[in-house]
Amino acid sequence: MPSYRELLQQVKDSIEEVNATEARDLLATAEPPLLVDVRERDEWAEGHIPGAVHVPRGFLESRIEQVAPDRTRSLVLYCAGGVRSAFAAKTLADLGYESVISLDGGFTDWKRNGLPVQLPRSLDLAKRQRYSRHLLIPEVGEEGQLKLLDSRVLLIGAGGLGSPAALYLAAAGIGKIGIVDDDRVDESNLQRQIAHSLQTLGEWKAESAKRTIEALNPDVEVIPYLERLTSENVDRILGDGWDVIVDGADNFPTRYLVNDAAVWHNIPLVHGSIYRFEGQVTVFKPHEGPCYRCLFPQPPPPELAPSCAEGGVLGVLPGIVGSLQAAEALKLALGIGDTLAGRLLLFDALSTEFSEVSLRRDPACPVCGEHPTITEYIDYVEFCTGRPSDTARATHA
Amino acid sequence: MSTIVRIPPTLRAEVGGERQVPATGGTVREVLDDLTSRFPGLASQIVEDGDIAPFVNVYVEGEDVRTLDGMETPVKEGSTVILLPAMAGGVDRHA
Repeated sequence: MPSYRELLQQVKDSIEEVNATEARDLLATAEPPLLVDVRERDEWAEGHIPGAVHVPRGFLESRIEQVAPDRTRSLVLYCAGGVRSAFAAKTLADLGYESVISLDGGFTDWKRNGLPVQLPRSLDLAKRQRYSRHLLIPEVGEEGQLKLLDSRVLLIGAGGLGSPAALYLAAAGIGKIGIVDDDRVDESNLQRQIAHSLQTLGEWKAESAKRTIEALNPDVEVIPYLERLTSENVDRILGDGWDVIVDGADNFPTRYLVNDAAVWHNIPLVHGSIYRFEGQVTVFKPHEGPCYRCLFPQPPPPELAPSCAEGGVLGVLPGIVGSLQAAEALKLALGIGDTLAGRLLLFDALSTEFSEVSLRRDPACPVCGEHPTITEYIDYVEFCTGRPSDTARATHA
Repeated sequence: MSTIVRIPPTLRAEVGGERQVPATGGTVREVLDDLTSRFPGLASQIVEDGDIAPFVNVYVEGEDVRTLDGMETPVKEGSTVILLPAMAGGVDRHA
């Protein structure tokens, strides 16, 4: 039986090793090897080589295929001093990896040579507990959760769609949530607008939702905008910096305004709309997929567009549609999966059926087409109702 | 040629509350003609100047007919036609 020293020597003799400066040069080539840090979690958390992926030695065999599915790609492994990585290199060669190199001297030697080190952020214990069910999903994990905590989502409306979207986005740990709503909580809202309650009757919906979110997850910063989105304030509000917009608006002028602004600010827009038992959900990704105007170049005349106030809506329907919107927003924030861009999802709660139709970019779209004819904000109330906005506002008041 | 036309909730009052109605025709135009002849109240809500109204989308087998041959898009026996007007969303207090 060989001693440990003899075994290590045998392993080192059977693998390829490089020193720190040779590793640096390899990583600077046109086709750099994949750099794999095989140390333990707490060692990684104290700093690692930039660009490395972390696969602890104990999980190497089970996880390496996830990070390096191509066995012909060259790998450079490192640990603290070059011993664990040497054994790891031998293991990966046995697994069929064709070119595996161990960094002799490891991370210690890398630092001693003054080469760059990246100090990773990580979740503290409380966050690891709160988001543990996310951390277990390979597509999210700690990196994804940190991404969510850095993400900023703007909600247009804190009503039927905005309520569930806000709650699930907040629970998921979206770091910053903006809520634009100029309405106050009314008793007739409570049948479906679950961010509000009897305790917040009469309050601004954006403030009421903020209180609910803060009680749910203090990691989330909520920015309430107690105003109706208009051509005058939209650039200021969108200019505050958002990664995704969730449109839960309740009227066509706002829908078209949000669409145009999202195209011009290049922010993906998650669209949802509801009526009685039926809902529609899609994602408008500026310049990649269609926009709202590609789908509906014009709103229906007001007499042909009954609202939920006139037609009603099943209370749970916005819960389903708003939750789908939250799922799309989370995928966009994480950069994973296939979104609904280019597809319109139709849901019918009465028959419990989902169906889907294709959406395509309209090359003649006045906003996102090849030769746009609308390049600045218009009077959206007039566009949708035929009456200039002042008249419409007077009628509403 | 018989097809099923799915009627959106906002237009159901015009067809006696039905969620879908059968119609005949080999093209979108023929299907819509058949539909509006039996339910005249639908005409102004889906057709404008002999074409599909700009605020309505018509899908045949999940594809927007505007990206196919518009009113002349063929409709096969047994296929589903979806009429889809825009829906604003929640409580419309302003339009």
